[in-house]
Amino acid sequence: MFSDFSIVNHGTDRRGFIKSVGATGALLFTANWTWAQDKPAKKYGGEGMPGGTKSDPKLFVAINYDGTIDITVTRSEMGQGIRSSLALVVAEEMEADWNRCRVLQAVGDEAKYGNQNTDGSRSMRHWYEPMRQCGATVRAIIEAAAAAGWGVPIREVRASKHSVIHALSRRKADFAELVGVVGSFESPDPISIRYKSPRTYRYIGKEHTHSADAVSMVSGTAIYGGDTRSAGMVYAVVARPPVLGSTVESFDGSEALKVKGVLKVMPIEGAAVPSGFKPIGGIAVVAENTWAAIKGREVLKVDWSSSPHDSYESEAHRQSLEEASSKPGKLVRSVGDVEAAFSKAKKTHVATYYLPHIAHAPMEPPVSTALLRNNFLEIWAPTQAPQAARTEAAERAGMPLEKTRINVTLLGGGFGRKSKADFINEAVEIAKAFPGRAARVQWTREDDIRHDYFHTVSGEHLEASLNRRGKVSGWLHRSVAPTIASLFGPDPKHQQAFETNMGHSNIPFAIPNVRIENPEVAAHTRIGWFRSVSNIPHGFAVQSFIAELAEEAGRDPLRFYLDLLGDDREINPDEFKDGWNHGEDPKKYPVDTGRLKNVLNVATKEAGWGKRLPKGRGMGFAVHYSFVSYVAAVLEVEVEKDGNLIVHKATMAIDCGPRINPDRIRSQMEGSCVMGIGLATTGEISFENGSAKQSNFHDYQVPRISLAPKSISVHLVDPEKKVELGGVGEPGVPPIAPALCNAIYAATGKRIRRLPIGDQLA
Amino acid sequence: MTTIHLNGQDREVDAPEDMPLLWAIRDVLGFTGTKFGCGMGLCGACTMHMDGAPIRSCVTPISAAAGKKITTIEALGRQKVGKAVQEAWVKVGVPQCGYCQCGQVMSATALLTSNPSPNEEEIETSMAGNICRCGTYNRIKTAIHTASDSLKGGAK
Repeated sequence: MFSDFSIVNHGTDRRGFIKSVGATGALLFTANWTWAQDKPAKKYGGEGMPGGTKSDPKLFVAINYDGTIDITVTRSEMGQGIRSSLALVVAEEMEADWNRCRVLQAVGDEAKYGNQNTDGSRSMRHWYEPMRQCGATVRAIIEAAAAAGWGVPIREVRASKHSVIHALSRRKADFAELVGVVGSFESPDPISIRYKSPRTYRYIGKEHTHSADAVSMVSGTAIYGGDTRSAGMVYAVVARPPVLGSTVESFDGSEALKVKGVLKVMPIEGAAVPSGFKPIGGIAVVAENTWAAIKGREVLKVDWSSSPHDSYESEAHRQSLEEASSKPGKLVRSVGDVEAAFSKAKKTHVATYYLPHIAHAPMEPPVSTALLRNNFLEIWAPTQAPQAARTEAAERAGMPLEKTRINVTLLGGGFGRKSKADFINEAVEIAKAFPGRAARVQWTREDDIRHDYFHTVSGEHLEASLNRRGKVSGWLHRSVAPTIASLFGPDPKHQQAFETNMGHSNIPFAIPNVRIENPEVAAHTRIGWFRSVSNIPHGFAVQSFIAELAEEAGRDPLRFYLDLLGDDREINPDEFKDGWNHGEDPKKYPVDTGRLKNVLNVATKEAGWGKRLPKGRGMGFAVHYSFVSYVAAVLEVEVEKDGNLIVHKATMAIDCGPRINPDRIRSQMEGSCVMGIGLATTGEISFENGSAKQSNFHDYQVPRISLAPKSISVHLVDPEKKVELGGVGEPGVPPIAPALCNAIYAATGKRIRRLPIGDQLA
Repeated sequence: MTTIHLNGQDREVDAPEDMPLLWAIRDVLGFTGTKFGCGMGLCGACTMHMDGAPIRSCVTPISAAAGKKITTIEALGRQKVGKAVQEAWVKVGVPQCGYCQCGQVMSATALLTSNPSPNEEEIETSMAGNICRCGTYNRIKTAIHTASDSLKGGAK
């Protein structure tokens, strides 16, 4: 029905791919499979997510008559390589040849596919086992079909490289030869499914750059949010309230309508604060092309109402945050007696750090397309949360869920921004006004930066005492930052467990007296998840402060740090207050100080910690636990006389448990490193009169090629024991900013306590 | 009505003179390989070649392209250098989200066309106008060297 859109398959341009007969000619695994996927109810991991996980092959695998395999991936691709990595897991267990596999993208359908929220660095750790099971099940079916065809026992055949082999009779059948028969075979009992031996892996854990999307991405054929097209499509941009809580008082679209190509000027219904993921309202200018819409908006007149947040001003807010952090606040966690430790101490040290709001600024600004036709709503969008977007879109359009389809395109970067469906529902609103015509909403870069769900702003106050042996005897950390919960609730003023357990209350140090406090602060803009979230401010403050303490104690920072970690031990996250641990089972995922120590040792050794450096250079490190992975970073920097910063070398070590696609782990560390350097050096959104002052890449600067380290080496560390899968997309970010500032201190003696660094080195 | 010579063919574009080439090619002609990133010539996502030189199409009015030879990512693989750059990008595994990479590839192709053996500094200068938010810069450098080597017949 919607064949005029060009977005069905992303994978067809991969080099070496043999054209398949396509979905209509595919043999789907719809045979009488009765085996249950039921597992004992768990409340952690993938099972703890809405919709849980699925491993039924008929959802994910189809074999075409030419033997090529279509593998459906349900997670959103935003640069982490998940479309390739998960499909490779299926291909591996199936014994399929990657060059004869095609990756399809699932529509948003949680009831059918299980959870699709692509966030929290959890796609692989929640979906590795289901996808292995799926692939192994398909292989068992294919082997059974071949054995039956040859009249030999199943145990005598084995699948290998897209064929089934019967060695005793030297017979071999390509998967293509078995397509006609596999459908009639019943599924095996899941208990009987044999998994491949890791020794025989060709893809899992192997070094390669197999990608479902790389060729299309460099050829201009990859489909992102703004790349679907249809005849008669309309294009819109929206003028949105400049201040949180402001609304349209009146508007005059007469001049806008005079611009050639402008079709309509119309209000977008906005939600009141707290607006969640809903649009904040405004006036849309709808036109025959994007340029006409932009020109029309330039001459649109809108009067905005005043708002309680009109006075939000960043410099005054910074002072209020720092003041709040200097006084006692809500107690989050207390161990021992900090005040007694401080009063007995040989030495105490105090520092306050500040980190501003930052914007995600994915290279693809928010964009999406919606079409209401024949009593059906169809959407094309770069979304991290397809089901939530679908549900809200259906509600907004007054359509039942089953008549609402959301096609998930590639995301031109997400970083947390595209978990929110506000931009998708703007397109739905316009589609309602143009039935039968596809409606595209394009955010300009200015829209993206001014109306982001910003990373929080925070004041971090730390105090510690050192005993006579130079060991930390007491630790007080107050973190003051608007909470993400302010998006959903009536004015919450404290960080939630999922925020404090990102490097604030879950510190794994051997300190006898600890006090973690969370003074209150209100949010004056929309606060959202930014890649690694609260680990950024907490990690920056904690890792910087430990380096300061080492200096106070007159000790080498590395030895001081290792000492602070104490004996190797596994800490049950339940020991931390509100022991939230990225949604994972505390028994399976203890916080392991030995693993932290290990990555720190590897990174510092590989970086040459302690070696003599040329004048003007310095080295700094940081190590951080987040998303149930362990990452250490060592940066070597030079600060030139004029204050110009050069990052010569970055050395990173990650222990994320078993590794599925090593090259994509490495690429995530490289990207995290660059993003971390960017937020530390220039990342700042500041507010004036309630509005974001920055608007585009001239005043909100993100790293360019010259700021990237001259070299980045990433070391993938083998855990010394059997451990569970950890996250990869986010945990590389938190150690970068503190490692950088620790290196700057080593190079210059200047301690950075306020981000961004900006011109503080000049 | 403006006529441009796009990827080897003359195309008539019915658009106001001030419409940026980016939107004319994406919305009016329907070629979506070139991406919108900033609208101010700051990020390079919209890089095309005009008479062989890299331009930011988001700030180039269609009137300035009248009668000019425009090459977009869709046709880059027909050029020897462009094809080598695309292949190097895949081999090195440069793309993450991929959104900026067409622009990166256009800029890198222009660089290698004028300077077949760029050093690190020349690469940084030539690629300074292309932002990658995923931070693939180190692999971009590696891929440019890889493409340079392959074009010299010394593919590693």
